[in-house]
Amino acid sequence: MTEQVKETYIAPSWLREKVFMGMTFKEYIRRLFTPFNIVAGLIILVGLYFIVIRYTQGLGAVTHASDNQPWGLFLSWGLFTGIPLAAAGYVLGSTVYLFGLKEYRPLLRPAIILGFLGYLFAALFLLVDLGRPWRLPYPMFVSYGVGSVLFFVAWSVTLHVVLYFVESCPAIFEWLGSDRFRRWALKVTVGATIFVVTLSTLHQSALGALFLLSPGKLHPLWYSQFIPVFFFVSSIFAGLSMVIAESTLTSRYLKHRVSAHYQAKLPELTLGLGKAASFVLFTYFGLKIIGIAHGHHWNLLNTSYGYLFLVEMIIFVLLPCFLFAFGVRNRSVGLVRFTAFFTIIGVALNRFNVSLIGLNWKLPHRELFHWKEFVIVITIITIELLIYRWIVNRMPVHREHPEYKGMH
Amino acid sequence: MSINRRAFLKAIGAIGSTSLIGRHSKAIAQEHFPGYPDRFGVLHDIPLCTGCRKCEWACKDQNKLPNKPIETYDDKSVFEKKRRTDAESYTVVNRYPNPKDKEKPIYVKFQCNHCDEPACASACLVKALKKTPEGAVTYNKDVCIGCRYCMTACPFYVPAYEYHNALTPEVRKCTLCYERITKEGEIPACVKICPTQALTFGKRSELIKVAREKIRSKPGEYIDHIYGKHEVGGTCWLYISGVPFEQLGFPTDVGTKPYPELTKGFLTMVPAGVVILPALLGGFYMFTKHREQMTKDEATTSEKKETQP
Repeated sequence: MTEQVKETYIAPSWLREKVFMGMTFKEYIRRLFTPFNIVAGLIILVGLYFIVIRYTQGLGAVTHASDNQPWGLFLSWGLFTGIPLAAAGYVLGSTVYLFGLKEYRPLLRPAIILGFLGYLFAALFLLVDLGRPWRLPYPMFVSYGVGSVLFFVAWSVTLHVVLYFVESCPAIFEWLGSDRFRRWALKVTVGATIFVVTLSTLHQSALGALFLLSPGKLHPLWYSQFIPVFFFVSSIFAGLSMVIAESTLTSRYLKHRVSAHYQAKLPELTLGLGKAASFVLFTYFGLKIIGIAHGHHWNLLNTSYGYLFLVEMIIFVLLPCFLFAFGVRNRSVGLVRFTAFFTIIGVALNRFNVSLIGLNWKLPHRELFHWKEFVIVITIITIELLIYRWIVNRMPVHREHPEYKGMH
Repeated sequence: MSINRRAFLKAIGAIGSTSLIGRHSKAIAQEHFPGYPDRFGVLHDIPLCTGCRKCEWACKDQNKLPNKPIETYDDKSVFEKKRRTDAESYTVVNRYPNPKDKEKPIYVKFQCNHCDEPACASACLVKALKKTPEGAVTYNKDVCIGCRYCMTACPFYVPAYEYHNALTPEVRKCTLCYERITKEGEIPACVKICPTQALTFGKRSELIKVAREKIRSKPGEYIDHIYGKHEVGGTCWLYISGVPFEQLGFPTDVGTKPYPELTKGFLTMVPAGVVILPALLGGFYMFTKHREQMTKDEATTSEKKETQP
């Protein structure tokens, strides 16, 4: 009799502790109705409607269905911008594990979660964009187009989702309280990190290499044989900026999920990341200049596309480079944080210029994307944010699990 | 927790197995491909085309695309704007002003050029697009995932997509009547119906001779350029014209290099990177590990010294 009572008591409490954050189900549901959640919920409702339309009436029902410009917002945002922003994972992974900068460890787990969700959602965007989404595994298991850069990209995205999941396992098993699995997961972490850094280096460049096949279509200011290098180098500061931006938002809006240790270390670490980002931005600027010089494209700078290019290079590369440096020198964490958000916009602008605006620039009439695509993109971003918050609220990401303190 | 020997070997094993993916290198690193020797092609003698658009009708008829009665194709108003191929038309005829004679506009037929080394086929990650020895670039709808990279890659803006098909959308383009040619021993439907001999079907090598002869025998009638002989490394459709090709909507900035070569360098680098980078990164890791060990050892020895008098 007593045992039965005990059992019925334990079962709900696991759910209560792990999923409902220590609240009863009723209380949890009641607490969900915050202004933020209501807005998010409305966005998702509208977006889901268009997603259903897309799957029942075809891509043409939510996009411009252009044969000239077959790639739209789903790929420009979801793949070409999403992947460099997910670089946070490999950048911090190599910093902490491979270069041994252990001071940055508090930022490692959030970065890995960013990497994991970045790739998972890139795959999700592909599911929306592909004509036959259920064939997503075909390049892995059915037909191998080994001569295609996209083949390598497909494999990389898949492997990244798996590897980042493996790297997230210690946090997951601490949350679930499984000591044995946690130890197993920790054992393969370094291997997984080496693998991720290797693949990321090649795969961030591969996203750029996709456009090597469009010499006549992509505007010469963006088309370059160095485009794989540009994509790789810019992914580094994209990743660094994402770590800064994420820590800014979390330490502000999810304060109670952040340990005192993390909160105390954060300003100094932010300055360190800013310094690194400044340096990489400067390198990138230099490389881009070499790119124009190599193609003899100076004359193109004085055209409308040239102005767009200059905005990208001066306002979104050179300016943040100096702002980061200035912020670090004056120990202004606020400025570094602001610049991180600014840099992220710059990376997005670059990827949009390459994959959407500068592509097919010679065509007289073209519409870049349909507003319904925009709604779907916003919806998926909202879902991603909610999942991120769900994870951070439950798993030891920005804090150490009390049972595993100092055991990394 | 520290990495032990077993974990390290495991990581190395994982890395080794990925380098197997590096079998790309064999496929890509082949020497220059001169094209299949007996490939077929079509020569489009542009000055002979009268814009009757019977080829458009025949193409839709052959490929079972939504079609209208052949009489309706006499309607000249369609020429008012430039058209491109789409999911329901594998070929279109466009009209261009004639700089030599305003009364006689120029008509140009447009469809897949069936490149010798196609950009679309090298872009395809599931090998849905293939160059056949007969010349046609064919499409296998059974493996296509619908990424539309072929459309982004094609320098001629040829492949089109069935955007309004929710469940079984396909990439659509001219097949060079592959089935007709190989199974029925026929010639492509558009060539067969052409009433003015503006289209000639044959072995590509023969067509080049025919084109040269036409250019040589009628000086002043043609410019000295066979479009498609060298463009993008050669195409199975060849064109001769009385006016420069850039005036007829042909892209003239596509170069003579086959498009697959544009990504060859990058793709050969990938397997190398998969081998070299882990070695390098593993090396960094070992240095880091060793440095930590040294600091630890130093700390213990200095402690010992302090405790000893």
